[in-house]
Amino acid sequence: MSVVAITRYGGRLSAYVLGIASGAVKIIGVILVIATFNFILVHAAPGDPAQVIAGQSGAADETLLRQVRSAYGLDQPYLVQLASSLKKTLTLDLGYSYRQQRTVLSLLLERLPATLLLTGTAFILSLVLGTALGTIAGTRAGKWSDTFFTIVSLLLYALPVFWLGLMLVLLFSVQLNWLPPFGYVTVGVEMTTWQRIADIAWHMVLPTLSLAAVYLAIYARLMRSSIIEVKQQDFIKTARAKGVTESRIVMHHLLRNAILPVITVAGMQAGGVVGGAVVVETVFAWPGLGRLIYDAVLQRDYPVMQGIFLVMSVVVIGLNLLTEAVYRMVDPRISVRSVT
Amino acid sequence: MGMNRREFGKLGLTAAMASVAGIPLGLQRAAGQTRGGTLNTITHPEPAMLVTAISQLQPTLTVGGKIYESLLRYDFDLKPIPGLAQSWSVSPDGLTYTFKLFPNITFHDGKPLTADDVIFSMTKVLPETHARARPIFTRIESAEAPDPLTVVFKLKSPFSPFLGAFDCTTAPIVPKHIYEGTDFKTNPANDKAIGCGPFKLKEWVRGSHIHLVKHEGYYRAGEPHIDEIIYRVIPDAAARSVALEQGTVKLTQWSDIEQYDVARLAKLPHLDMTTKGYEYFAPHLWLELNNRIAPMNDKRFRQAVMYAIDRNALLKRVYFGLGKIATGPISSKTRFYEKNVKQYEHSPDKAKALLDEMGLKPGADGKRITVPFLVTPSGELYRRVAEFLRQSLLRVGIDLQFEGTDVAGWIQKVSNWEYSMTTNLVYQLGDPAVGVSRSYISSNIRKGIMFSNTAGYSNPEADRLFEEAATATSDEKRQELYSAVQKIVVEDVPIAWLLEQDFPTFTDKKLKNVTTTAIGVHETFGAVRFE
Repeated sequence: MSVVAITRYGGRLSAYVLGIASGAVKIIGVILVIATFNFILVHAAPGDPAQVIAGQSGAADETLLRQVRSAYGLDQPYLVQLASSLKKTLTLDLGYSYRQQRTVLSLLLERLPATLLLTGTAFILSLVLGTALGTIAGTRAGKWSDTFFTIVSLLLYALPVFWLGLMLVLLFSVQLNWLPPFGYVTVGVEMTTWQRIADIAWHMVLPTLSLAAVYLAIYARLMRSSIIEVKQQDFIKTARAKGVTESRIVMHHLLRNAILPVITVAGMQAGGVVGGAVVVETVFAWPGLGRLIYDAVLQRDYPVMQGIFLVMSVVVIGLNLLTEAVYRMVDPRISVRSVT
Repeated sequence: MGMNRREFGKLGLTAAMASVAGIPLGLQRAAGQTRGGTLNTITHPEPAMLVTAISQLQPTLTVGGKIYESLLRYDFDLKPIPGLAQSWSVSPDGLTYTFKLFPNITFHDGKPLTADDVIFSMTKVLPETHARARPIFTRIESAEAPDPLTVVFKLKSPFSPFLGAFDCTTAPIVPKHIYEGTDFKTNPANDKAIGCGPFKLKEWVRGSHIHLVKHEGYYRAGEPHIDEIIYRVIPDAAARSVALEQGTVKLTQWSDIEQYDVARLAKLPHLDMTTKGYEYFAPHLWLELNNRIAPMNDKRFRQAVMYAIDRNALLKRVYFGLGKIATGPISSKTRFYEKNVKQYEHSPDKAKALLDEMGLKPGADGKRITVPFLVTPSGELYRRVAEFLRQSLLRVGIDLQFEGTDVAGWIQKVSNWEYSMTTNLVYQLGDPAVGVSRSYISSNIRKGIMFSNTAGYSNPEADRLFEEAATATSDEKRQELYSAVQKIVVEDVPIAWLLEQDFPTFTDKKLKNVTTTAIGVHETFGAVRFE
């Protein structure tokens, strides 16, 4: 390797390292801003964890309030509390829930797998099926199959998630008795690993379908419009004129270009799926993060609220970065543009 | 047994899908039947922890009641019956209480439970960790254990409700060898929840279920009858109803089932329903009136509110008959109830006359006064109660303006007296000195403290009678004093009492002995069995 090449390589490397470093600083800055905002929002709501515990215990006295407020650090000045909270964020300490007598990290880690399993499956299912249905509808625009899929996706989009969930339970659990109505596993029964996996999958069917339905409809609608738009482009006409087969046009030209808006929206919504999971997890008693968030908000469990909001914010930032990467992978013009 | 085509088809499809999933068919249906001795039930909401000495949230008490036990139990009339103590006695001066424990009581870790554990729990742990028990057990002057099975408490002064405070929700016994010298609230053993009850914790998958199994060394021969209890976390009301209807769970309690679903489920042939087993708590539903501000500071206004509300209709239409009309501060389920008090029958005319007398004349639109009403954010039922009250009071010219908040905001506003009217449900806890007087005596007007005298009622005569009744040593004298104070308080109407609310306990017909004492589903369940 020549000296010029090494210098050039070294220059690129240092630019790359600098890029990463500045990106990391920006992300840390964003996280600190989010943590501050979380702190202010969480503490601005009326009521505090001490009063909630006192209210829900059916009895209270000054000692109980003092004990809880001291445990949460609420007896400290506001700015001291904020500084302590930011310091914990920087040291990756999510805090301790006095109400649950556990660290927030352990609470999160207990619930995260169930939520990731449910939302991940629902997300992939809705993305794959939505794209497929949208493609079928878009390529057959104006035909009966297009009308059918359009109506179905509109219907799915319009249905409230909790209602759809309840109706699925009524049909498949109460009437037909095919699927379990709630829970993630059959409790109190010895099972082999494979039986357990199958049992969890069995319990996942209804919640996954409920959660996937709305997103499936969105992606299908988006994909359909995008396909119709791209179909009009000159390069498609050129491909046709060159005698390229229809299937090749769809797979190599149409889909690749039409899927970009879907990726954008999917990236934006990936974080939102966790929000949607709150409802589904409630209806199906799914032991995930969604319910933990809901309860923590009602109980003003500050460390749990702040911890979850922070982790979710980081997840959303990560997903946005991932979306950008996928975008560049699918459409090389974007990375070229960003370089030039 | 015959099977029609639809049922046969259903069975075939289920079997096919189950075999595809690789799950034994038996697992698909009611899990409670898979081992015969498994009780599947619900916890709603999920408890934060299971140590009842440290957390007194209702779900903790329901589940923890199987793990922890105390010296006594109470029958439906709130009379003490043996718990861990096989016998007890009270000295004539009402100062010395002696308990004899059953032999061979062990904790879940195998260590024996002795009088030292009882004394440690009552004098060290509960006064520090249990807000409800604190004012009771700090009355102990000395505690001694003449032998490992005998406990003697000497009180600073007579306090008759003392004997009523030894149920497993108020006075759970914790192991001294685990908690002594530690920070009780952060002791790592809290995760294991080691008690001496008939069931011990096997597994807790947060957000999913709590699995309790039989404590083999339980001191009562032959108990517990069932092998295990599984508390499922089911947050959604409709899902809970489905679970009960389908037989997936065999027991529901408290507010697991919404009021509007109770009548329908009670008719199902495989279920029994009872409202017994809540006598100790005796939930009292009332319309709380802030006595500090006008017009609630005028007795005539408060009486007018009582006359204006058709509580029969409230009971019938909103509560679907689940309860009884409350006549005053003490529930008819609680000791020393007095029924011969001033009656407030539904009479809009009397209400209007009282409002006229106050000078609150109706305007052109019929409204006399507008009063803010803080809607209790505890579900659909309270919203309905609020709507009912608005309609009732509007008929006599009192216009309620709804204000909304969430649970934390509501507790803060009520505790800090930042409300005019709201609804509240308060437990009586077995004795008026424990669960009733706290809402009426002026020494308990404590800003920021929920379940204190938040209405701000103050009557020196009522204060005196409540105080004397708490320390009187004979039941006859206590009845006399409580009867007198009830008459005074009902005349003053510091709070508009609405209903003695009932909660339904649903059980599968094959499940027996669930409700045997005044704390019902909070009881240990050692005697619960399947037929």
